[in-house]
Amino acid sequence: MADSGGAPSVPVEAGQVLFFARALGDPNPIYSDPDHAANTEFGSVLAPPTFTEVHHQYMEEYTLRPRLGDPWFGSGRAATGRPPRARTDGERRASGGGTGLHAEQHFEYHAPIVAGDVLTWETRRGESWEREGRRGGTLRFRETITEFRNQRGEQVVTARAITVRTERPVERGES
Amino acid sequence: MVLRASELTVGDSRDEVVVDNLTRTQIVQYAGASGDFNPLHTDDLYAREVAGYPGVFAHGMLGMGLLGKALTSWVGDGRLTSFGVRFRAQIWPGDTLTARLSVSALRTDEGVPYADITAVVVNQDGAEVIAGNATARLDP
Repeated sequence: MADSGGAPSVPVEAGQVLFFARALGDPNPIYSDPDHAANTEFGSVLAPPTFTEVHHQYMEEYTLRPRLGDPWFGSGRAATGRPPRARTDGERRASGGGTGLHAEQHFEYHAPIVAGDVLTWETRRGESWEREGRRGGTLRFRETITEFRNQRGEQVVTARAITVRTERPVERGES
Repeated sequence: MVLRASELTVGDSRDEVVVDNLTRTQIVQYAGASGDFNPLHTDDLYAREVAGYPGVFAHGMLGMGLLGKALTSWVGDGRLTSFGVRFRAQIWPGDTLTARLSVSALRTDEGVPYADITAVVVNQDGAEVIAGNATARLDP
């Protein structure tokens, strides 16, 4: 299923690469020093291996970012900004209940991503399956495959995420 | 630095402490950089009172990014051809995490040497929080 949201592309900016590398505590100058990077085979600041995650910033429909005018489910005056509503067991099951967690993530690298690139992506659903967990009740797994290309149309990264929804909060280790 | 196939043996390994005493601020930093603002990771009140966890915990992808840092500092920049992980346990504020890398296979494909690497992250209690694999292109 194509679901690239309203924003079709990710501008790969040196500043964003720097902030991403800082968040990982990675002092490698290939991520932070354009002069150093210019003298490497990449010619420009290089994106670290998990950098394509930033495409969420450009995803119009992303639910894990506060959106203007929509109630945010994190805390403000109260512990959640989610509108109060009665949740029966059936409703909880229907909505997926519990908590969504990231179970697996896989990347295949086809070509380097460097500052100055503009990436586009296409997302499709992979497999989905269910399993009874030991502690979290029914576990619902879903696979999502995202194909990233650069401005020349070259495939750069294939990302495959597996997420799991649990009926109850759990420590990990069941997946 | 780039690894050379001629200098590498199956079983060669490397440990790297990728974070010492993980701070909530670093988790916030990762949220801001990645764009994943799930309050489970940055909002202790929400994590405890709404989601039912003991408190905030790190994004799985922060852990994978830390493991990626250890991999690239060993195999060199732009050398990974694949990298995949399973998130096995939560990473909590205060954790000290060590990436453990070891060469599981060396092979050649169309004349190009590659190393398959087992890559895991363990916490200060020795618990494996991330289990993964990567493949890197080597110099001859």
